[in-house]
Amino acid sequence: MSDFVQAFLNAEIALASSHLLWIGLVQTMLLALMTVPLGMVTGLLLAVLATRKSRWVRWPLMAFTDFFRAIPPLVLLIFLYAALPFGGIDLGAWGSVALAFLLNTGAYYAEILRAGIESVPRGQAEAARALGLRRWQVWIFVVLPQAVRNVLPDLISNTLEVVKLTSIASVVAVPELLYQARQAQSITYNATPILVAAVIYFLLLWPCVRLLSRLENRQLAGRR
Amino acid sequence: MTGWEAFAFNFLNPEVAAQYAPMILAGLGVTILLAMLVIVSGLVLGLALAVLRAFGVRPVNLGIIFVVDVFRALPPLVIIVLIYFGLPAAGLALSGFWATWLALTLVLMAFAEEIFWAGISAVPPGQWEAGRAMGLHFLPTLRLIVLPQAIRIAIPPLVNRTIAITKGTALGSVVAVSEILGAAQSGMAFSGNPTPLTLGALAYIVLFIPVVIAGRWIETKFAWRR
Repeated sequence: MSDFVQAFLNAEIALASSHLLWIGLVQTMLLALMTVPLGMVTGLLLAVLATRKSRWVRWPLMAFTDFFRAIPPLVLLIFLYAALPFGGIDLGAWGSVALAFLLNTGAYYAEILRAGIESVPRGQAEAARALGLRRWQVWIFVVLPQAVRNVLPDLISNTLEVVKLTSIASVVAVPELLYQARQAQSITYNATPILVAAVIYFLLLWPCVRLLSRLENRQLAGRR
Repeated sequence: MTGWEAFAFNFLNPEVAAQYAPMILAGLGVTILLAMLVIVSGLVLGLALAVLRAFGVRPVNLGIIFVVDVFRALPPLVIIVLIYFGLPAAGLALSGFWATWLALTLVLMAFAEEIFWAGISAVPPGQWEAGRAMGLHFLPTLRLIVLPQAIRIAIPPLVNRTIAITKGTALGSVVAVSEILGAAQSGMAFSGNPTPLTLGALAYIVLFIPVVIAGRWIETKFAWRR
């Protein structure tokens, strides 16, 4: 038991690695602040485009979203980071992370927002047009607010997944929380920093999980 | 070399592709095996926890909720790294394959429990009462009346979640599992050419595009008509 405490719950090691982990936490937050808006804006643009009637717009969009939902984000990231430089395109670690998240999470947000937009009755947009609103006003004041409300649990759930997914940036040496924890572990030969990082992730994301589980239960209960 | 030739030489090099295709195929086998194991164990454990939760024993339920919350909040890669690098210190050394399996199983278990439980709670109470009034005991009511309806409600969200977690098998490459991505990265390192990675990406596309399309179809097929 004392071996376990020594290796896993070592207060000295936790204290010694706290500076590294703090830097990691800040980087993880920066990553989240970059990737979530990037994915959401891309997803919103794709979802609005997907409402076009022309199949020349809709089919390529569907192919695009299915393609990037089928490739694991880590594979995409490694491809951008390690393979593209052979073609003369070097995005660097942050650039690769940004593009990978734009493509991957953009595709997921697009699917969610498309479902939200489709759930708003057509009459809403027609009525708004009849009242003299311009097209962009119809989107911003009438359709999107209702669409977002209808898929809010899915949006929050996806955002939670995106924040969790920032941990894959550790693979391309972005010094975020997991990367820093592994650095601290390899310096100290002790697994405590990884456990501390896990606890930080949990404390950071637990409120979001609780909120989500309430929203989801309410949503399902409403479908009785 | 023209631009296209340079591109083809780097990303679609037939010699390199021929040399490393068997490695990627072996990786594909590992990915499929790992995914199957995760799906079976994750869904079974998730359903078991949801059924256990239906008994309504408060301390047990609080424990289940906490465990589920933990594995919904932690990034899968963090769990994999924790199991792979941390558990040996506690006297339990798992190989990369089994560490990835355990981590993804726990994650799928957590999400599946939540979805099955939401399905069970969405079945109207009248169904329970009618079952009990017919003289069925608690378990037969659950098994014969409530679960079939709950599982039907659970299928669309469950399919999507299962696909997302199955793609997490690529995370195994971080702890030296030679699944598709791991094999492709080794191939790239040996050959100094990114063609194996292109092959790896193709293997994922071939594996998951049908799954994603089937998921889309199941979602509409089982969708609740409002």
